[in-house]
Amino acid sequence: MRTISLERTTHPDLIFWITAGWIGYCLLPWYGVEKFWSLEWLLEGWPFDADFAPAAMLIATGQKLWLAPMVLALIAPLAVLGRRKSDPWFARVLILAGGFGFSWLVAQGLGIGLRGFNADWLTALFGPLEDRQFGMGYGAMITASAFLFLFTQGIAARGAVNGDVFVTAAIGGVIAVVTIFVFFPIAKMLLAAFATDDGGYSILGFFPKLFDYRIWGLGCLTGGRCGVAWNSLVLAIAVGVLTTLLGLAFALVLTRSGFRYKRLLRALSVLPIITPPFVIGLAIILLFGLSGTVTTSVAAFLGVETSRWIYGMPGVLIAQVLAFTPIAFLVLIGVVEGVSPSMEEAAQTLRANRWQTFRTVSWPLMRPGLANAFLLGFIESMADFGNPLVLGGNFDLLSTEIFFAIVGAQYDQSRAAILAMVLLGFTLGAFYLQRFWLGKKSYTTVTGKGDSGVHPPMPRGLAIPVYVVVALWSTFTVVVYGMILYGSVVQLWGVDDTLTFKHYITAFRIEWGENGLRWTGSAWSSFWTTILIATLAAPLTAAIGLITAYLLTRQSFAGKRAFEFGTMLSFAIPGTVIGVAYILAFNVPPIEITGTGLILVISFIFRNMPVGVRAGIASMSQLDKSLDESSLTLGANSWQTFRAVILPLLRPAILAALVYSFVRAMTAISAVIFLVSARYDMATSYIIGRVENNDYGLAIAYSTALIFVMLAAVGLLQVLVGRTRIGRRTSHAEGH
Amino acid sequence: MTVINAKAASVRFENVSKVYGAKVTAVDNINLEVAAGTLVTLLGPSGCGKTTTLRMIAGLEMATKGRIFIGDKDVTKLPATDRDVSMVFQSYALFPHMTVMENVGYGLKFSGFDKAEARSKALAGLELVGLTGYGDRLPSELSGGQQQRVAVARALVLEPQVLLFDEPLSNLDAKLRRQVREEIRDIQKTLGLTVVYVTHDQEEALAVSDEIVVMRNAAIAQKGTPRDLYEAPADAFVADFIGEANLIPVEITALDGDIATVRIADYTHRLPSRGLSQGPAKLAVRPSRMRLVAGSGDGVVAVIDKATYVGSRMEYTVTAAFGTVFAVLDDVVTPFRVGDGVTISFAASGPVLIPADQAS
Repeated sequence: MRTISLERTTHPDLIFWITAGWIGYCLLPWYGVEKFWSLEWLLEGWPFDADFAPAAMLIATGQKLWLAPMVLALIAPLAVLGRRKSDPWFARVLILAGGFGFSWLVAQGLGIGLRGFNADWLTALFGPLEDRQFGMGYGAMITASAFLFLFTQGIAARGAVNGDVFVTAAIGGVIAVVTIFVFFPIAKMLLAAFATDDGGYSILGFFPKLFDYRIWGLGCLTGGRCGVAWNSLVLAIAVGVLTTLLGLAFALVLTRSGFRYKRLLRALSVLPIITPPFVIGLAIILLFGLSGTVTTSVAAFLGVETSRWIYGMPGVLIAQVLAFTPIAFLVLIGVVEGVSPSMEEAAQTLRANRWQTFRTVSWPLMRPGLANAFLLGFIESMADFGNPLVLGGNFDLLSTEIFFAIVGAQYDQSRAAILAMVLLGFTLGAFYLQRFWLGKKSYTTVTGKGDSGVHPPMPRGLAIPVYVVVALWSTFTVVVYGMILYGSVVQLWGVDDTLTFKHYITAFRIEWGENGLRWTGSAWSSFWTTILIATLAAPLTAAIGLITAYLLTRQSFAGKRAFEFGTMLSFAIPGTVIGVAYILAFNVPPIEITGTGLILVISFIFRNMPVGVRAGIASMSQLDKSLDESSLTLGANSWQTFRAVILPLLRPAILAALVYSFVRAMTAISAVIFLVSARYDMATSYIIGRVENNDYGLAIAYSTALIFVMLAAVGLLQVLVGRTRIGRRTSHAEGH
Repeated sequence: MTVINAKAASVRFENVSKVYGAKVTAVDNINLEVAAGTLVTLLGPSGCGKTTTLRMIAGLEMATKGRIFIGDKDVTKLPATDRDVSMVFQSYALFPHMTVMENVGYGLKFSGFDKAEARSKALAGLELVGLTGYGDRLPSELSGGQQQRVAVARALVLEPQVLLFDEPLSNLDAKLRRQVREEIRDIQKTLGLTVVYVTHDQEEALAVSDEIVVMRNAAIAQKGTPRDLYEAPADAFVADFIGEANLIPVEITALDGDIATVRIADYTHRLPSRGLSQGPAKLAVRPSRMRLVAGSGDGVVAVIDKATYVGSRMEYTVTAAFGTVFAVLDDVVTPFRVGDGVTISFAASGPVLIPADQAS
């Protein structure tokens, strides 16, 4: 017999969050503590020292009295512990307590900063404040979460989303973190778009800057130069289309052909994703640059002058397609595998030949995947920073312009912000076009019925071009990586071609000293930091991404569109902008985390979350809703359904999200370069530093080492996550 | 030996409506009572609201208005998880990544049974549907009928207060359909389950139900036992939907107590008036209740349009002055031929009068 959760008078979730709230308030240090996890603060004056004291102790000793009202919000929920969930007071008290506690915590955090009140009107209202406060710490964070989840439990008890505690908490949680770590910094930065030189704000100055000819000029049609907006748009469309087609070609060869070395192909196609972006740029210069291997030999063969043709659009295009095809592939492989074989078999029995089957059934069913892959390619290209920096030449793009507007001699925050707005406009436009194209059709192909079909092979007319493209591209990729590998073991590229391991030794030397093992190589510090940050960020990114995808595909609630927009927003903004926005937003209380490892982890989570969301949505929209519903009618709640039914069927999406976020955390450069500190230096920023010192050998050697580490990590993840066993045969050999 | 028991409870709808968005009314103010231990079928054409009604019992849709009771408990606001109801889906919704055993044991895992108990219950459930020994297979390794039975077992082992079926046989072939529906009915009777069953197949509904609820345009058109509905349909819609019926326009010429005299062309027939008054009406006649006699006689003159031999009987399409009717005769030895002139009359019991204005 089922226990009805509405009638229980014990609420484990409620007890948990009330306890958490009290612990955060009475035990943990309220303000940020450096090296929290060393727990040294326990011995250095806790709980009395004001730096380490919990909120309750601060108030007891008469300090920071503005923290006191929150205690009411912690006491009130205790009163309803014994009540039923259906009792109107249960919901009322939780909503009031949680809502008040959370808003008060946010308001005092924003209102009171390092120099007393943050705003003049507060000073005018309450008089100058003698006290001040620093960035919030774990105590504040846990108390804030407790308030948030008390609030969502109250909302659930009121009957929102069918009274589902898990879903309301998930919605509340995702909204809160996205607001804090995406909207808040972006808002702070966009405010800068209206900033004038003298520190005020003006709307009048905004429009001339927005419609600047340097952004929108069409001079290239008449032989001059085009605005950066057009450059970025054309490039991004080209990259989106090319990566989608290439990704599809790889996915088709893997799922619908008798090709023998599929594993090899899979590994090859994933290689560029585990490569720091500027490395591909460097390799392309080594190949096609003015004195590149290919350029010189072709020039010698044809007897023409070498040229700098690679610098500009062609180079950036090649590098970006190399870099982003794997993303399209990872999205498409799940979708192409997910197309129900029985639909294709049905078409074949309806007198469609292989080509007609592909054109009328397989291709339309892959549309969500194709649209998602294009969108990702488009946005990635828009936001890419490393390749344009290395290969762009005079071909200006929005992302690099933003960077130079901020770090260059011009230091023009408002121009950077305006360029960022243009970029955002393009990416959001692409997003809505995609919605329009997909329309309201249903693409559900994994139904609750067991499916015992086999994917038909590709039609011959398609197979041949697909094979040719895949073969050419694979060869190209191998050559590019050969160059990288070779470059890491020569003394000095282009000057001294003697083979040597000295770069590796400089970077990764390990010595046996008196105190045991000593990591004396110059790269170790940044290497371990990178591994640690990436390992922390990957599962968090995947979790938030997939939960968001679940909410977007499986639940309906007010404000869902805005919710989706918010979760995609961070992706549409180049890392450079995110980096600057984070610096602006998180350098001062209430959240003061610049210079810590935490800000790196957070920036990775919100930069890479959209990939998890997209991959999750694409896979989840292929799972029939009756699977969830039958689980619910069998007595599982929505969390149990998510864990036992949805997650196992989403393994490809989980893998994609984990791999992508891990790898991106190890290879990202654009946001990182603003956020690293002496204590937390990342591999990529270290490598860029070496490149700036013309130490190419070490840079390439370190990059190569990173590539191998990531290869190992990807393999390990693949083993850990495993394959979903749904009993589909994969071989074409059977029964033919 | 673990056995599956029933904790059958009644289901009651009080003025329940379901409105999607602003104006799409899927279910309009219905009242419904399903007695404990009975099998009630919701029958109707697609879009009539029967599946929405079922999903409201399950808690997968929330009623916009009205109250829903299971047993004596008001469950109107309870989500699916909290209702003691299981459902067998049209697509079966077997979890493709779990074995048969894991599928059947799925609900037990969340109902507080310990492992051994859950296992023996799941085994008992599989035995009940005749799938002992299939526990380790994946759903994709089973035939359609077997998958369907796994879905039934998965819902049964939870011993729900109400068991719901959403067109459970629509993915099965005809022979299997008869067999499975009998199995469902047997299990329901043996265990004394309360079952609500949605179908659009009237034969299936007649065969399995204690009571049938015919739905049309988001409302209940008629409810009653299969025999009630078949023999005394309330209107033309029900008459035509439950079994085929010839709807013949007639004129009630005289009323004698509750016996009416009706005129069809120049033929008169006497039958219960069912509260109708004099004037135009319709006569609903099942094809098997038509009488055809060669040549002319007492009845309506007609001509055979089509004659079809279907083994156990003959099927005729016959045209008379009032239109075309469909008749089934048992005489296969000396059939009529196309073009034969015949006289139509009706069996003494069977034909019923229904109001003329309710055209469907």
